[in-house]
Amino acid sequence: MAEPTAVRAAGNRLVEGLRAYRLIAAMWIRSTMAYRASFVMTTAGSFFANALDFVAIVLMFSRVDALGGYALPEIAFLYGLSATSFGLADLAIGSMDRLGRRVRDGTLDTLLVRPAPVLAQVAADRFALRRLGRVTQGALVLGWALARLNVDWTPLKLLLMPVMVVSGCVIFCAVFVAGAAFQFVAQDASEVQNAFTYGGTTLLQYPPTVFAKELVRGVTFVLPLAFVNWLPALYVLGRPYPLDLPRWTAFTPPLVAVVCCALAGAVWRVGLRSYRSTGN
Amino acid sequence: MGAGRLYAAVAAGGFRRYATYRAATAAGVFTNTAFGLILVYTYLALWDVRPHLGGYDQAQAVTYVWLGQAFLAALAIGGGGVEDELMERIRTGDIAVDLYRPADLQLWWLSADAGRAMFQLLGRGVLPFLFGALFFPVYLPSDPLTWAAFLGAVPLALLVGFGIRFLVAMSAFWLLDGAGVAQMAVLAGYFCSGMLLPLNVFPGALGEVVRALPWSSLLQAPADILLGHADPLGTYVFQGAWAVALLALGRLVQSAATRRVVVQGG
Repeated sequence: MAEPTAVRAAGNRLVEGLRAYRLIAAMWIRSTMAYRASFVMTTAGSFFANALDFVAIVLMFSRVDALGGYALPEIAFLYGLSATSFGLADLAIGSMDRLGRRVRDGTLDTLLVRPAPVLAQVAADRFALRRLGRVTQGALVLGWALARLNVDWTPLKLLLMPVMVVSGCVIFCAVFVAGAAFQFVAQDASEVQNAFTYGGTTLLQYPPTVFAKELVRGVTFVLPLAFVNWLPALYVLGRPYPLDLPRWTAFTPPLVAVVCCALAGAVWRVGLRSYRSTGN
Repeated sequence: MGAGRLYAAVAAGGFRRYATYRAATAAGVFTNTAFGLILVYTYLALWDVRPHLGGYDQAQAVTYVWLGQAFLAALAIGGGGVEDELMERIRTGDIAVDLYRPADLQLWWLSADAGRAMFQLLGRGVLPFLFGALFFPVYLPSDPLTWAAFLGAVPLALLVGFGIRFLVAMSAFWLLDGAGVAQMAVLAGYFCSGMLLPLNVFPGALGEVVRALPWSSLLQAPADILLGHADPLGTYVFQGAWAVALLALGRLVQSAATRRVVVQGG
């Protein structure tokens, strides 16, 4: 009976990782709260930094009625979904892009000798509660969009809403982990992953009809960001998907999220194994 | 060493220093190209609905996007100029060493920033722009005079940008932690320089206000010269006036700040 043992071992490791993550994140929250005024200001800063993106979209709509055939509430819906799920992923493990610096200055070694999974430690490193600003901003835009949209709500569409946000968050988390694994090799090229994380969420804020077919194909089949919001959101909005994919693909985000996690986990292990300390 | 040669050496040092970050530069080129790509498609959709929006045609709007990506790091519109290091030196007190040097503080850091900007423009700006010009319909003037006029506006843009960022850095003398001010400056920079949307697309009074602010010297002003939208001389006067005003204000704040260092006994 080898399999149940393996499953139990993996389960134990997950529990252990989550525990380590919780402890480290709680420590960073306590340290943040030591400077409360600074926390309030940086959270507001995170809120407004993201709000500006939406202000730019609103300014565009002061000059046009539709972009790529979509009205403002529809784009706000896409924006809100993308910003909320990305904001949650960024809040949870957005500090992973610091890994490159740790590889460079050798402080990653400290994490390796601690009796806790390295991934959990890197993910909770400098946990930044101020990123709640981004989540709040995304959720507010989403709320506004829901109030303004004319959607024929069905139980299925309602169910899809939370599924979409959670799966989207998990898919973005997988991108963060894969990006961090890349930094074992590339060290000070952490900016590359911004193209996929921050760039990805910006892309998803606009309807797929805006972009070239090849680009839409790329973020559907290669880096499956389309499953974060485009596919399920277009189902909710009653719009066809530009690549003529069947309607049921709107319900595949959880599956895609699981596959992404498995792949990102594998890449992470390869990256960690390839790590050579700078040796100080 | 003559004063001119000293500052030239500082600038060359700034250039060389950033030139050593090769992987980071490659990463920056990739990321700027990716963001440019996303922005280009949204602009194309926008200009599809409203051709000649803000007086630009589609090709001009596309050119504007890639100019923005080329200038973003060079003019430190999204942060990342020498002001971070200057602020850190003020916070730790290392600034006292800078003040002992037989060189002017503001000119010293301006030279270092100019060297950095020069490298960022060549290292991170040129490739995304070429990519844009190759794969999208762009507007490139054939008159070499227009290009010369455009290139003349770039150093002025840097002076205005540095003038703003030097003031941001000086705030650290009073606040010690200037992170909040720096963050606000980045937000204002993004929005008011036209990185998110060309300023001539901003509606009504809002548009008039942002076009009069110093940030419009950074991207909008040089872009409008290249796109044949602005008279170079008038633009130079606008940029120059802001540069002089900001740098003079920076000098004033600097002298007030250095008196503070003496008071603190640094």
